Amino acid sequence: MEKSSVTHATFTIERTYPVTPDQVFAAFADPAKKRRWFFPEQGAQVEEHEMNFHVGGAERKTFRVEQGMSCRNETFYQDIVPDERIVFAYTMSVEGRPISSSQSTVELLPDGKKTRLLFTEQAAFFEGADGPEMRQSGWNSLFTRLNSQFAQS
Amino acid sequence: MTQGCVTHSTFIIERNLASSPERVFAAWSDPVQKRRWYAEGERGSVEAHHLDFRVGGSEHTTTIIGGGPFKGTALTNDSVYLDIVPNQRIVFAYTMTLGEKRISASQATVEFLADGKGTIMAFTEQSAFFEGADGAEMREQGWKSLVGQLEKFLAR
Amino acid sequence: MSVSSQQVAVNRVFHALGDPTRRAIVEQLSAGPVSVSRLAVPLRITLAAVVQHLQVLEESGLVQTEKIGRVRTCRIEPKGLSVAEKWINDRRAFWERRFDRLGKMLEEDQK
Repeated sequence: MEKSSVTHATFTIERTYPVTPDQVFAAFADPAKKRRWFFPEQGAQVEEHEMNFHVGGAERKTFRVEQGMSCRNETFYQDIVPDERIVFAYTMSVEGRPISSSQSTVELLPDGKKTRLLFTEQAAFFEGADGPEMRQSGWNSLFTRLNSQFAQS
Repeated sequence: MTQGCVTHSTFIIERNLASSPERVFAAWSDPVQKRRWYAEGERGSVEAHHLDFRVGGSEHTTTIIGGGPFKGTALTNDSVYLDIVPNQRIVFAYTMTLGEKRISASQATVEFLADGKGTIMAFTEQSAFFEGADGAEMREQGWKSLVGQLEKFLAR
Repeated sequence: MSVSSQQVAVNRVFHALGDPTRRAIVEQLSAGPVSVSRLAVPLRITLAAVVQHLQVLEESGLVQTEKIGRVRTCRIEPKGLSVAEKWINDRRAFWERRFDRLGKMLEEDQK
């Protein structure tokens, strides 16, 4: 019997921001705002990015980590309730090989003049499913490179 | 931990099917076959079913509910395919809309594992339920009954 | 089907790393082994609390403790994280960093 290759996991992150929900929502919806907190400082490394922030909209981003490995994210918006909720699914591929797919929920809850952000990620990870298994060390260095790609300068 | 309005849950349905992975996969990937076991059924009448089975492709299914408190209401599923490995794995994200209201968004993983001449099919749904949604138990029941329809279809 | 053991292991690691104090402990241990009593100091929690957290971390396979003489020392278990676990950890870290940056941006825009 073959081994299943998909691992599923869910995690949540909470934050409180000292602004109203509409301002936090704008940080996701407005491309100019989103670029400032979501993307790496060095814009040149992001090769291709288009934003389509509406239900049914898809966004694509390709970028290269050190040593030229090409990575691609695709995001599909499933539900948007202005100032309240954003639900999207996104996939990650490395060198054309899909490695994961997740559904993410962003909830914005008013708290006086502040906002509580609740982020839930429901993830599926495909490990070595589609070809020769990437060695542990290969994954480790990929993760390190992905992390440094987005490190604060 | 703050309480939000969205409920998240995960369930898995596993089935031993007598058909080969290729045959089971085809029931999911071929629009004609998919319509038969997935869209058509006792729940109501099919108003629409379109399937564009490729990564990034979508599926749209509308049925009119036949009975119960929501009789006459349109139930719509909209899927986008996120990952496809022929005869092995399908990953898709779908939303369910009842009337005008979107009630849930889910990521579904279907895995097909060869088991002798048959297949072990594992269906994992990771759901986000909004206000007015059916909820995890009912959703799981719903898929169990669909899987039953798939089994009947494959056995014909 | 061998889904279960992998899934159970991931859930255990998830639970272990879902707590910020435990994440801080793991981060501290990444720099090298530390005695249990010394772990408590920067975290400013009681020894009893550290011991409880360490129990969870040991169960998840992330951390190993060993008593030599009267001193109990903790170290990161090198084989602790499977690829899937590392990946999920990476996903969480990815989003944590971004939400930190979001906070900074919102603060800047208020001024």
